[in-house]
Parts: sequence; structure tokens; C-alpha cells
Amino acid sequence: MAKHHMEATVNGDPVEFLCETEETLLDVLRDTLHLTGSKEGCASGDCGACSVLLDGRLVCSCLVLGCEVGGRSIETIEGMAKGESLHPLQEQFLKSAALQCGICTPGVLVASKALLERSPNPTETEVRYWLAGNLCRCTGYDKIVSAVMDAAAVMRKG
Amino acid sequence: MRYEAPDSLEGAVALLAGARGDARVLAGGTDLLVQMRADILEPELIVDIKRIPETRTVTEERGGWRIGAAVTGAELTEHPRLKQVWPGVIEAANLIGSTQVQGRATMGGNLCNGSPAADSVPALVAAGALASLVGPRGRRDLPVEDVMLGPRRLALEKGEIVASFLLPPRPPRSSDAYLRFIPRTEMDIAVVGAGVSLTVDGAGIVTAARVALGAVAPRVLLVPEAARAIVGSRLDAEAQRRLEAAARAACQPIDDKRGTTEFRIQVAGVLARRAALIALDRARSN
Repeated sequence: MAKHHMEATVNGDPVEFLCETEETLLDVLRDTLHLTGSKEGCASGDCGACSVLLDGRLVCSCLVLGCEVGGRSIETIEGMAKGESLHPLQEQFLKSAALQCGICTPGVLVASKALLERSPNPTETEVRYWLAGNLCRCTGYDKIVSAVMDAAAVMRKG
Repeated sequence: MRYEAPDSLEGAVALLAGARGDARVLAGGTDLLVQMRADILEPELIVDIKRIPETRTVTEERGGWRIGAAVTGAELTEHPRLKQVWPGVIEAANLIGSTQVQGRATMGGNLCNGSPAADSVPALVAAGALASLVGPRGRRDLPVEDVMLGPRRLALEKGEIVASFLLPPRPPRSSDAYLRFIPRTEMDIAVVGAGVSLTVDGAGIVTAARVALGAVAPRVLLVPEAARAIVGSRLDAEAQRRLEAAARAACQPIDDKRGTTEFRIQVAGVLARRAALIALDRARSN
């Protein structure tokens, strides 16, 4: 069976790639497009380390097939900083040391950005529920949650 | 492995009916892709139904609502009106997985995955929802409680797919609720689930009810005895006691590390009662 020839948009740039049916969007991002910021933690949709936005919707890229994304827009962690300037969430995660090993961090950041875009002033409960699908096995979640709350405050001030 | 994404139900049915090996429908993929990855399933053909308009839309129809089988949990939650009319169905669908999973998971997939613990199914059964099936012999509507026969076993014929669900028109002062027990607050599979839909009259007397239980039998159960226990009552203490007893009497649960038989039976009664009280409260304010 021939590979699927796909065209999509990744972080605003048009991309073309070939993939097998069984390759996930995460496989395509990491192995074909060499965007290795999205991580493979569980490959079963439990850990959120591979979180991306698909047409603006937060999803686990390990639960999307590469051949499903033709014509669609994908945003990954690599698109979060604009050139040299970090996103306020990234700034705040550094400032608050809201990470240790860093494997969960790209997914947490992508998920948090999606939250703040729809809810610029979330409660702590809202943040914790929204991020329930992003597992961190190092830090516990307090620093992550407070970094998201702090970044939200920074972003509200513009 | 072949992947097809037809844009019509007829196209999807022809592909599935003509498949030589195992063929699977792909909606949100939150169960299918996990099972493929774990080598539980190795389909020869995957038919993605998300380009078929009926599977992806929510429309008012005959005074009720038709919900596409591949509409995601997130889309259901964001719908401007469904949550007012069917809060129990929406809260049940919303309990499936994380934010990320909600972005993909669908009620059609939840039903067709064939798990007795599927959260959206008891709510759909309590709602009196019909599954609109399309197959080689045309379209037929089946009550949701009749779609699943047992764990991983469905009443669908070869080539047949769930295209949409039809929720019936709602009389005034009607509402529904879904509750599940899990040992944590989020991200788990129901140990017991209970869906209740009911209608009350102007005096607050229950005139119609449907009670459904999940994870307490090989398939999701509609429990008419539990509904009869509260119809004609104001859901007073005595009616609540009858409801609990009827719900418990219907249970035939497994005994496993997530819940013993005794525990599941006990909790089924408690959740049925609490869900009924929430539905009653919502119905009164409708």
C-alpha cells in the first residue's frame, strides 16, 4: 500500500509529508517533520505530553492518525515562542521553576495556552481540571498551576 | 492497513460491507488507536466517518435533537442549547477522559467501543435515545439499550454503522442527570454509573421516568422497575427507598479490583437516587 501524501499547516507553515496509515500525528511530527518538542509519554492518550492544537482544538497527537490531518492546521510547542521572545507562559514556567525533567512541559504549555485563550482569568480549580490530562511525574502540580495563574495575570495586563 | 475517509454514509457502508478482513470505524479514535497500539486490534481497513455530514452535526428534528455519532465531547459541551435540554447527556459525555480526549472522543465511539462502563451510554439510555444505524439494507433506528449485547459485542450487522443519535422531544418540566462513582475526581472509568431522566407535573409529581445503570452488568441496563418505583411519587423518602431497592435488584456486577460485587450493588442504589434527585431539581426549574 502506497504511503499517504498529506498537506497540512504546522505552526503557520505549509508542510507536505508521506505517512503510513498506522503512523500517528505524533510520529509524523517527531520522526518525519523533526519537530521533537511534542513528547511520547504513554502513547495511549493518558499523559498529555504529546498535546497539540488541531484546528484550534486541544488533542493528544498520539491519538490522531497522520493521514487524518490533510488540510488542517496544527500548532505545536515549537510555534509557541515568537522568534527569540518566549510566550508569557514559557517565561513564567522558567521564572517559577515549574518543571524538573521537562518531558511533560511542552504538553502542559500547549494545553495551558489553549486554556488561557478561551478563559483568560481561570480559577485554580479550572486550571487543575483543564490540565488533568497532563501528567507530571516530577514536580507535583502546585508550581505548574501557580505558573499558569501568574502567566494569565501577566497576559491580562497585556 | 488501508485508510478511507468517505464523504457519504453509502460510501462508508460499501467500504465496510466489502472489507475482507477486520474493518473498523474511526470517529474520535480515543479507543481505536489505543487498541491498535496495544495490538488488540489489527484492522485491514479503517473507515474514518468524520467527513460524513450527518455524523458531525447537531440539528433539531421533530421537536427533538439529532446528534451526529462523531460529534466530540467538547463540541457537545459548547453547544448553546443542548446543555439546557439534556444536561445529563452532556455531563455524561463530558466525563469521558481529559480535555485532550474530549477534543476527539465521541458518543458513537463510546457506544460502539462496547464497554459496559461507557459513561455516555446510561445517560443516552435514560434519555430514550435512538441510535440511527445505516447499513447495506438501509437505515433503521434502534433504542440505544439494544445496540450493545455484551462486552465488545454489538447488535450491528456487517457494514452497519451508527450515524447519529435521536433524542426525543422534551415535555415541559423534564430533565436528566448522570452520576458515576470513581475512586478519584477525574480521568477514570466508572465503577458504577447511573442516568435518570424524568418529567414532573405542575404539582411536582413524577409522571414519567427512565433509569439506566452502567458498569453493573455485561451491558448498560435500562431498569423499568426503578422507573416504576418513582412514577406517581414526589420522590419522597419512601419512593427513594423503592428506587434504590429496584436499582440494586437489577445489578449483576463483576467483582474486581476496582469494585466488589457488593460495593457496586450498594453504590448503584445510591447513585440512582442521587441522580433522580438532581434530575428532579432541574426538571422543577424548567
